[in-house]
Amino acid sequence: MHMMKSIKLLVLIILTCTSAEVVAQATEKVEMADVLRQEGKIYTVVVGLVIILTALIILLIRVDKRISRLESQEKMKL
Amino acid sequence: MSEKYIMRKYSLSWWKILTVILLYYTVIAGFLIPVPRLHILNESIRLNYFHVRMWFTMMLLFINSAWSSIQYLRTQNIAFDDKANESVKVAFFFGALGLITGMFWANATWGAFWTSDPKLNNTAIGLLIYSAYFVLRSSLEDETQRGRLSAVYNIVSFAVFIPLIFILPRMTDSLHPGSGNNPTFRLFDTSHEMKLVIYAAIAGWMLLGWWIYTLFLRLRLLKNAHDEIN
Repeated sequence: MHMMKSIKLLVLIILTCTSAEVVAQATEKVEMADVLRQEGKIYTVVVGLVIILTALIILLIRVDKRISRLESQEKMKL
Repeated sequence: MSEKYIMRKYSLSWWKILTVILLYYTVIAGFLIPVPRLHILNESIRLNYFHVRMWFTMMLLFINSAWSSIQYLRTQNIAFDDKANESVKVAFFFGALGLITGMFWANATWGAFWTSDPKLNNTAIGLLIYSAYFVLRSSLEDETQRGRLSAVYNIVSFAVFIPLIFILPRMTDSLHPGSGNNPTFRLFDTSHEMKLVIYAAIAGWMLLGWWIYTLFLRLRLLKNAHDEIN
């Protein structure tokens, strides 16, 4: 339950960020988009890596949580 | 499912949160903080934050594994055998990652995916020696026999691995740090900007390796308990 909440929050944040970008583009304030193309586009790589890292960490935490649940089930059996 | 009401509330322990923070810092600062401008290396110097940390993590887990094997031989407690086995698994995984990332870096700076550099060859040999550990384990049925033989083999592997990757490459010319005239990882050789990330990277990747190892170990213990009941 706790996990679902945090995932929902994450999705909300991502959606808010992306929609803010769309609004910025519509009003021709393309600063956000510019930043992502500056300095040899290194920011694009960073964004990509952060997304991958986030996904991996969520996966790791979920596995961790599932193992914890199994462990407490095992304890109750004994 | 009614058990979720009885369950203790799950919370991440502090060191796992620290791992996450350090990894985010490594990935973000590792690309954005300036690095020394050097010929040939160019931006590839940033792979230091990732490639070299794979070896750090691998060593941490190999040391843990060798230590667990020694403990197993001393106490005959099967829990140490589980620790040694799971530790080697994760260490091997990180070693393979180190080798693969190193190959791409070598292609960009030395001009070939694989050179006859002693450190490369010796690491490959070392990992092959460790891969025989898995073969040895899977070929033995009896738990005590498997534990004892693989513990001895694991200690021998570790004893061979250390001279292979730390001593022998330093005695000849190698393109790696610490050999020939190359400086090694020393406090004053490394640029200040890189040190800002290097220490966080070491801690972050090592903690990640340890986290994955504990997950493997806990799964193994669950499986053991499950097998005992059935």
